[in-house]
Amino acid sequence: MLTLIGILIVVVGFVLRINPLLVVTIAGLATGLASGLGPVEVVTAFGKAFIESRYVAIVWLVLPVIGLLERAGLKERARTVIAGIPAATTGRVLMIYFSVRQVTAALGLTSLGGHAQMVRPLVAPMAEGAAESRAGVLPDALRRRIRAHSAAVDNIAVFFGEDIFIAVGSILLIKGFLEQNGIIVQPPQLALWAIPTAVAAMVIHFTRLALLDRSLSRELAAARSASADGAPAGDDA
Amino acid sequence: MITLEHVYWLMGLLAGGVALVNLRDPSNPRRYNNAVFWGLYAITFLAGSRLPHVASGGIVIVMVLVASIGKLGQTTRESQSRPQREASAARWGNRLFIPALAIPAVTLLGNAVLKGATLHGAPLVDPRQTTLISLGIATVVALVIAMVMLRPPLSAPLHEARRLWDSVGWAAVLPQMLAALGALFAVAGVGKVVASVAERWIPLGSPLVAVVTYTLGMALFTMIMGNAFAAFPVMTAGIGLPLIVGRFGGDVTIMAAVGMLSGFCGTLMTPMAANYNIVPAALLELDEYAVIRAQLPTALLLLATNTAIMYFFVYRH
Repeated sequence: MLTLIGILIVVVGFVLRINPLLVVTIAGLATGLASGLGPVEVVTAFGKAFIESRYVAIVWLVLPVIGLLERAGLKERARTVIAGIPAATTGRVLMIYFSVRQVTAALGLTSLGGHAQMVRPLVAPMAEGAAESRAGVLPDALRRRIRAHSAAVDNIAVFFGEDIFIAVGSILLIKGFLEQNGIIVQPPQLALWAIPTAVAAMVIHFTRLALLDRSLSRELAAARSASADGAPAGDDA
Repeated sequence: MITLEHVYWLMGLLAGGVALVNLRDPSNPRRYNNAVFWGLYAITFLAGSRLPHVASGGIVIVMVLVASIGKLGQTTRESQSRPQREASAARWGNRLFIPALAIPAVTLLGNAVLKGATLHGAPLVDPRQTTLISLGIATVVALVIAMVMLRPPLSAPLHEARRLWDSVGWAAVLPQMLAALGALFAVAGVGKVVASVAERWIPLGSPLVAVVTYTLGMALFTMIMGNAFAAFPVMTAGIGLPLIVGRFGGDVTIMAAVGMLSGFCGTLMTPMAANYNIVPAALLELDEYAVIRAQLPTALLLLATNTAIMYFFVYRH
């Protein structure tokens, strides 16, 4: 049972909002020590795993070019483009991105999105711009909600799209694991059974995005009447 | 042959450059902390493959201490004011999208073209890593397009990367730390212990209870491990195969496919899946849990849907 001390540390650490980097490190070291490894072995295992997972950081290579484009006004341009389309609302912009992301992921093109390369420079400013073009200034709380929804759309669409592609990692993992247990399954069959959930994800999330549109227009109307005699809210981050 | 190692060199140069910019910038109140943090990170990319793992582990622990106890800062200066950016946006118009869209376009193109490409009979890029190497190449191509088009000062990309990376801060290395935690969990056999605890405590009497236990277990265990891939073998060996398939005669394909997707619902709800949930929150300048909060209702409804889908179809032959 002592082996589970790492899980306990993680849960307590996240609940108490201690710096997650510190929490995870302590949880890892404690788990290693609890399982009987010596201090040097634990640090070695930690270093080895950190080095071997460097590939997850490669996405940060987009920062120089994204930063450069932001400096040249990419986010402002994304907002202007959307503001020029009268039918565009935050919810509709996000529905379109959801559809594109899910369908391309289902075709195996998962690298067509991502938070650093698509959501921050393009999707979030467009979703914000759609609300701004109706409201003028966007209260900070609403801006943050729209941004959080932009990131959520990227995740949900790719998670429940990629499994329809037969060569994606999770399908291969299922196939490999079942094979070890003497069961042969066909990847196309597994992919087929990802479709009902994919459809459900789209229906559920589109409904929520439609509700988001309604709640945004309600809150923007309230904010407009409240700010008629106060200073306008909003920032340009 | 181009391998991941070359992409890591680029990462090392980027992190090293960000460290140097921070070091020389008095407008960042904690510039030395930032310089040490990103400088050490650069070393893990430039020398990580050759350093003994215990040294890398030590470097990582120092990084964690600098970021958590010492704290990182960021510059308050903006390179361009909002009116300047708006003027630039009006001047360049939709051409600004070209370099941004070049990233996915070149990644996809690279993926398609480089997979079988050879040079003097040897593969041009490491065939196991085509996607990541294509992404690395795409970022360089997009940067070159943007530099030629916009003609900013040569140091601008590094300064802008510094601005963005510092706004993400320590969250940028959290996904790697969680991978390291997962590795130590695996060494210590955490998965097996959790499975045995679950087996002892949960009544698994009926086909419905077995399905509910399996889908909820996938989601919960994914939340703990931060990754459905880690949860799937444990839950499937512990509950899925012996009960749903073995005792109650369910269909193995439906069980496995929908089970994995139940795990994905868990991924949407946990800070342990840092690269999906915590990193974007940092990137969009939101509080840590803002993205999880936005995902929570969809994740729960979808988990219920998955449970229903599995229950209605898995026992039907």
